[in-house]
Amino acid sequence: MTDFITPSSQLKTRKSAEKRFQWYGRGAIIASLVFLVVMVGSILYKGSGAFTTTDVAIVVDLGPEAVDPANPQDARFEKIVKDALKARFPEATKRADRRKLYGLVSNDAGFELERFVLANPDKLGGEVRVWFRASDDFDILLKGTVDRTVDESERRLSDQEIGWIDTLLADGDVKRGFNWSFFTNGDSREPELAGILSALVGSALTLLVCFCFSFPVGILAAIYLEEFAPKNRFSDIIEVNINNLAAVPSIVFGLLGLSMLLNTFGMPRSSPLVGGLVLSLMTLPTIIIAARASLRAVPPSIREAALGMGASPVQATFHHVAPLALPGIMTGTIVGMAQALGETAPLLMIGMVAFIVDVPQSILEPATALPVQIFLWADAPERAFLEKTSAAIIVLLLFLITMNLLAIVLRRRFEKRF
Amino acid sequence: MANSDSATIDLVHSQRKKGYELFVMGVLILCSLVAVAVTVGIVLSLLFEAFRFFERIPLTEFLFGTQWSPQTALRADQVAAEGAFGAVPLITGTLLISFIAMCVATPLGLLSAIYLSEYASKRSRNLIKPALEILAGIPTVVYGFFAALTVAPLLRAGGESVGLDVSSESALAAGLVMGMMIIPLISSLSDDVINAVPQAMRDASLGMGATHSETIRKVVLPSAVPGIAGSLLLAASRAIGETMIVVMAAGLAANLTANPLEAVTTITAQIVALLTGDQEFDSAKTLSAFALGLVLFVTTLVLNVVALRIVRKYQEQYD
Repeated sequence: MTDFITPSSQLKTRKSAEKRFQWYGRGAIIASLVFLVVMVGSILYKGSGAFTTTDVAIVVDLGPEAVDPANPQDARFEKIVKDALKARFPEATKRADRRKLYGLVSNDAGFELERFVLANPDKLGGEVRVWFRASDDFDILLKGTVDRTVDESERRLSDQEIGWIDTLLADGDVKRGFNWSFFTNGDSREPELAGILSALVGSALTLLVCFCFSFPVGILAAIYLEEFAPKNRFSDIIEVNINNLAAVPSIVFGLLGLSMLLNTFGMPRSSPLVGGLVLSLMTLPTIIIAARASLRAVPPSIREAALGMGASPVQATFHHVAPLALPGIMTGTIVGMAQALGETAPLLMIGMVAFIVDVPQSILEPATALPVQIFLWADAPERAFLEKTSAAIIVLLLFLITMNLLAIVLRRRFEKRF
Repeated sequence: MANSDSATIDLVHSQRKKGYELFVMGVLILCSLVAVAVTVGIVLSLLFEAFRFFERIPLTEFLFGTQWSPQTALRADQVAAEGAFGAVPLITGTLLISFIAMCVATPLGLLSAIYLSEYASKRSRNLIKPALEILAGIPTVVYGFFAALTVAPLLRAGGESVGLDVSSESALAAGLVMGMMIIPLISSLSDDVINAVPQAMRDASLGMGATHSETIRKVVLPSAVPGIAGSLLLAASRAIGETMIVVMAAGLAANLTANPLEAVTTITAQIVALLTGDQEFDSAKTLSAFALGLVLFVTTLVLNVVALRIVRKYQEQYD
């Protein structure tokens, strides 16, 4: 610096204060982003394990004494599996050891065998090597979540169980693969069998109801407020209302759903119909506000040209203005739907927290939604549900990212600048 | 149109068209009234159920009682069959967690907003702003999961190592994570407010020889204070109404404490606890959830109305 005045020490402190201040700002942004990365990263790290799964091969006896070829469905499949396990590891003779031994495979192994036998009747009559889903403890041992070096008393698996698992591994009776059942099963008490299909379908049905109600009502309300509403007290009240509604806590909408939709109108509890309606009331303000903004962006010349050609105000709006605003409206709607997809609290209020195994077939059946499933699994005591929860969160986030990207693409491609 | 016949037809036609347009207008008005109907529905249902609650439990006990232990009696003659419905521990718990959240979010959100609007280049602004908005787009259940299963154990372990007894469902864990969630709310609203300060004021200050940060601290921020206050009020109302984080991370122990390391419960967490699972709809326990809902609704509504009014008034001032 070749100034006329030599920089005083005061100026130096002022300059360093300036630098410091800038760094406060940078620091705040960095802290927020680091938090985001840590949160998403930890969930990705925890959840990645849930996409692989472990199967064990066991030789089961499907001879005529065990399974009657005439009525295979009457066989005691659970006992066959247990006998096969006993035959594999005959050293387990005490009751407690046996229970541990049976715990190597999933609790549903009997049903798995039943399904296998009914699907492959030709395999009956002798010993067959069948793949069973390994139990959750077995699975997380292989994933390295369980530390083998800790003292036996502090582990979920005893030395004996680990010994069996190592034998099975050495004999090539263990295989790991992509966990398709996570996407094709409903909820289950057994983490190794639990899947998100029923929750996904529940979420889809709920969103469908939500869309069918909030999209038309939202657009029409926006058109009225933006194009036709006279400037008077009445329109003011509606407007203030919509702005306030956007800031009402989501759980209050759940209370409304509970007391109005369920108790007064007697709609079916836990159903996607009620869930969708409650969520649509929440997304309505989002859609209305977005739709109004994009209607406002249509230049008045379009309206005036239509009116000048003899169109009525309704025709001018519906034939000319609204179509031009549609991309913007769609963008707002998708953002609103994404919010609705992630919403949990109001669904808890209307009973969508049920344990749902079957895929809901209609909007009137009890169902659950993906975020609620996450909430339920997060509460489950089994260690293996931790990775299931994270995996479900990953799926939810993927859906949200897709929807938001779609909204961005729509805006970029179809938005006209006048 | 000399022919009178075609004129009549035209008249009929235009009358039908008019009827159709009236119908369309009716539908449009009806749709915009849905929003009003929802508000009325919320108010009515909350008031109605809360009124039934206050028939059993006096309002003063609810507002000033310091014991919260809602129970359903197994037998009519059971001791404390009615339970205790003093909402004070819930209100203080809600305030404690919201306060922690605001302590985290206010400096981070405000400083981010200042940096983005005053210092950042257009390019980095276009990158950072959407990145911060991601925080607002993540479902709250995800924050709850992170708070309960990552942050809370970390705090507990950290507390143990320095000899502090941190509850596994501490207010701190819930508050910290909630604070992160509302950062984008504060930063984007404050960003708008700071941008609305006229450039002439900055230029004048810079022209007088103030450094950039001095200009921000002594000119820009003071004139943006009302708007920033509005954005903080909106964020606080969001924190008070937040449900999933506190349900998953804050627990249900109704302790009357100001210690952030202890477990507290909130209004929203109690509403969820009272209304999930099987319930008979006539018990004071179930109805108390609606009384809590009413408190929540009124509080957040007042905060929002005040905040929106401040922000709007402030915007008009510079328009």
